[in-house]
Amino acid sequence: MPGQKFGPAWFPGLIAAGLALCGALLVYSGLRARSLWITTPEWIASRRARIGVGAFIGGLILYILVVDALGFYLTGVLVLGVWLRSLGASWRVSAIVAVVGTVVIHFAFYKGLRIPLPWGVLERFAF
Amino acid sequence: MGRAGKVRLLSAAVLSQAFALVFDPYVLWVIFASALFGLFVGAVPGLTATMATALLVPVTFFMPPVPAIASIVTATAMAIFAGDIPSCLLRMPGTPASAAYTDEAYAMTKKGQGELALGSGLWFSVLGGLFGTTVLIVAAPSLAEVALKFSSFEYFWLVVLGLASAVFLAIGNPLKGVVSLLIGLLVASVGLDNPAGFPRFTFGNAELAGGLTLIPIMIGMFAVSEILRSVTRIEQPWEMAQANIGNVLAGMWTLTKRYPAQFFRGSVLGTAIGALPGAGADIAAWMSYAVSKRFSKEPEKFGTGHVEGIIEAGASNNSALAGAWIPALVFGIPGDSITAIVIGVLYIKGLNPGPTVFMNNAPSIYAIFTVFILANLLMLPLGIAAIRAAKQMLRAPREVLLPVILLFCIVGSFAINNSIFGVVLMLAFGIVGYLMEENGFPVAPAILGMVLGAMLEESFISSMIKADGRMLAFFERPIAGTLGVLTLAVFAIPLARQLMRR
Repeated sequence: MPGQKFGPAWFPGLIAAGLALCGALLVYSGLRARSLWITTPEWIASRRARIGVGAFIGGLILYILVVDALGFYLTGVLVLGVWLRSLGASWRVSAIVAVVGTVVIHFAFYKGLRIPLPWGVLERFAF
Repeated sequence: MGRAGKVRLLSAAVLSQAFALVFDPYVLWVIFASALFGLFVGAVPGLTATMATALLVPVTFFMPPVPAIASIVTATAMAIFAGDIPSCLLRMPGTPASAAYTDEAYAMTKKGQGELALGSGLWFSVLGGLFGTTVLIVAAPSLAEVALKFSSFEYFWLVVLGLASAVFLAIGNPLKGVVSLLIGLLVASVGLDNPAGFPRFTFGNAELAGGLTLIPIMIGMFAVSEILRSVTRIEQPWEMAQANIGNVLAGMWTLTKRYPAQFFRGSVLGTAIGALPGAGADIAAWMSYAVSKRFSKEPEKFGTGHVEGIIEAGASNNSALAGAWIPALVFGIPGDSITAIVIGVLYIKGLNPGPTVFMNNAPSIYAIFTVFILANLLMLPLGIAAIRAAKQMLRAPREVLLPVILLFCIVGSFAINNSIFGVVLMLAFGIVGYLMEENGFPVAPAILGMVLGAMLEESFISSMIKADGRMLAFFERPIAGTLGVLTLAVFAIPLARQLMRR
C-alpha cells in the first residue's frame, strides 16, 4: 500500500521469512543427522488400521461432496456405517448405530440447536 | 495506583447477582451433565480435555453466557482428574495431562495399591483445583486493575512474551515450536481483518475474506487428529489391571499430612505454568513430577509405584486449569489450549476478555469463579462414582465411539457458520494436526499463533503509528520497557546457553 511503511504485506512477509529460515535450519539438522527423507508409521503394517484411516478420511471427503445433494440423513447413515464397518463392528451393530446415531445427532442439532442441516433429496419429508 | 479507573472489587451486590446466575436449576443441570461428560471423555484414552472443550462449543452456542462457560469449566476439571483413572488401570493416560505419572500409577496398581493411587489422584486433583481457583479469584481482578493502564506497547510485549513462552515451554525441539507458531500466525493473517483492511490470501473467495473460523480448525486439530490417532491404534488391546476398589478416600488425610510440601509446590508450579501462555496442564504435570523427584528424600522409589510424585503432579495439572484463565480473562491471552478455545466463546457471548470485563460484567465473572469452586467440590462425589464405574466406562467399544464422535465433530464444525466450509477446514486441519504431532511439531504454539495473530499485528502497527516509526518507543513506558527487556531475555538466555556450551 502506498504511503504506508507497514502495510498489509509486511506481517505475512515476516512470517514467510521466518518459515523459510526455520525450514532451512530443519533441513540442515536433518541432513547432519543423516535421517531418512520419509519414514512410514508403524500402524501402516496393520490392515485394520489402514482400512480405518482410509475410510475415515475418505468418508469425510464424501460427506463434504454429497451432503447438500443427498441430505444429512442419508449421508450420515452412509458415512457412519462405513466407519463402523471399517473399524470391525458387526453388520448388526453397524446398522443400528448408524441409524440411531444419525437420528440422535440430527435431533440434537436440528431441533435442539436449530442448525439448518440440509435435507437434500428428503426435502419433501422435512420437519 | 490512581483512584480513577478502579476495578469494581467484590461487593455483596455483585456476589449475590453472581450466585443468582449460578444457582439456577438450568445452570446446575448444565454443570451436572457437563461433569458426567467430562468424566467420560477424560477416562477414555484418546479423548482429551481440549477435545471435550472443542466439542462443547457448538452445543453451548445457544446457551446464555454463564451456563456456556460453566459447562466448559466443569467438563475440563473433571476430564483432567478422570485422565488418572485409565493410567492406574490400563497404563494409558486418559488425557495427556496424566501421562507424566502413568507408569507410576500403574506400578502402584500392580503392587496392589490401585485404590491408593486412584484416591490420591482424586483427592489432590480436588485440592489442586481449589488452590488454582483461589489464585485465580485473587490475582485476576488485581491484575486487571494494573492492565487498565496498558497501551498498545504493553500489549505488544505481552503477546510476544506469550508466544515466546509457548515455544520454549513446549516439549521437544524449540525450532519445531517456532515453525508451529508461524503456521498459526499465517492462518491468523488470512482475510480482511487486518489493520489495513486489505484482503489477504483470499483468492477472491468470500469464505476466506472473513478469515478462517477458529472453532472448526480447533475441532480439527484437537478432535479429528485424536480420532485419527485412535484409529491407527485400533488394534492395541486395552488390558485392564485388577484393582480392588473400596473406600478410595481412605488414608488421604494421612497423605495430606505427610506430603504437604509436595502438594503445595505442585499447586504453585501448576498455577504458574497454567498462567504462562501456551503451556497447560500436561506440561505442568511433567514439570511437577520432575521437581518432585528432584527434591524427594526417596528419589530411588520413583517409578516403582511411589505416591509422592502422583500427589505433586496430580495437584499440579488441576491447578494449571484455573491458572490458565488468569491471562485469558485479564489480557485475552490464553494460558493453554483450552482457554484458547474459551476466548472465542467469551467473545461470542459478549464477555470480551480484557480488564474492563471485570467492571462491566462483574457478576458474570464472579459467577464463573463460583462455578470453578462448585466444579472442584462436585469432583469429590462424582469422582468416587467414576472410579467405581471405571470398568464399565473403559469397556465402551472404540469401534462405535470413534465414528459417532466424528459425525458429531462434522455437525459441530458445520454449526458455527452453517457452512460446509467449516467441515472442509476441520478435515484439513485434522490431517495437519495429526501430521504435526506425529513428526514432533507441538500443536499448542500454532493455536496460540492463530488466537493472538491479529492482536500481535494490531498492537505492533498501532504502536508504530503512535511512535512515528521509532523502535525505541517500545521501551519508553515503564511497564512496556520492563516487559520488553524480559521478552528479549527469554530469547537471549537459551541462545547464550547454547553458545556457552560450544
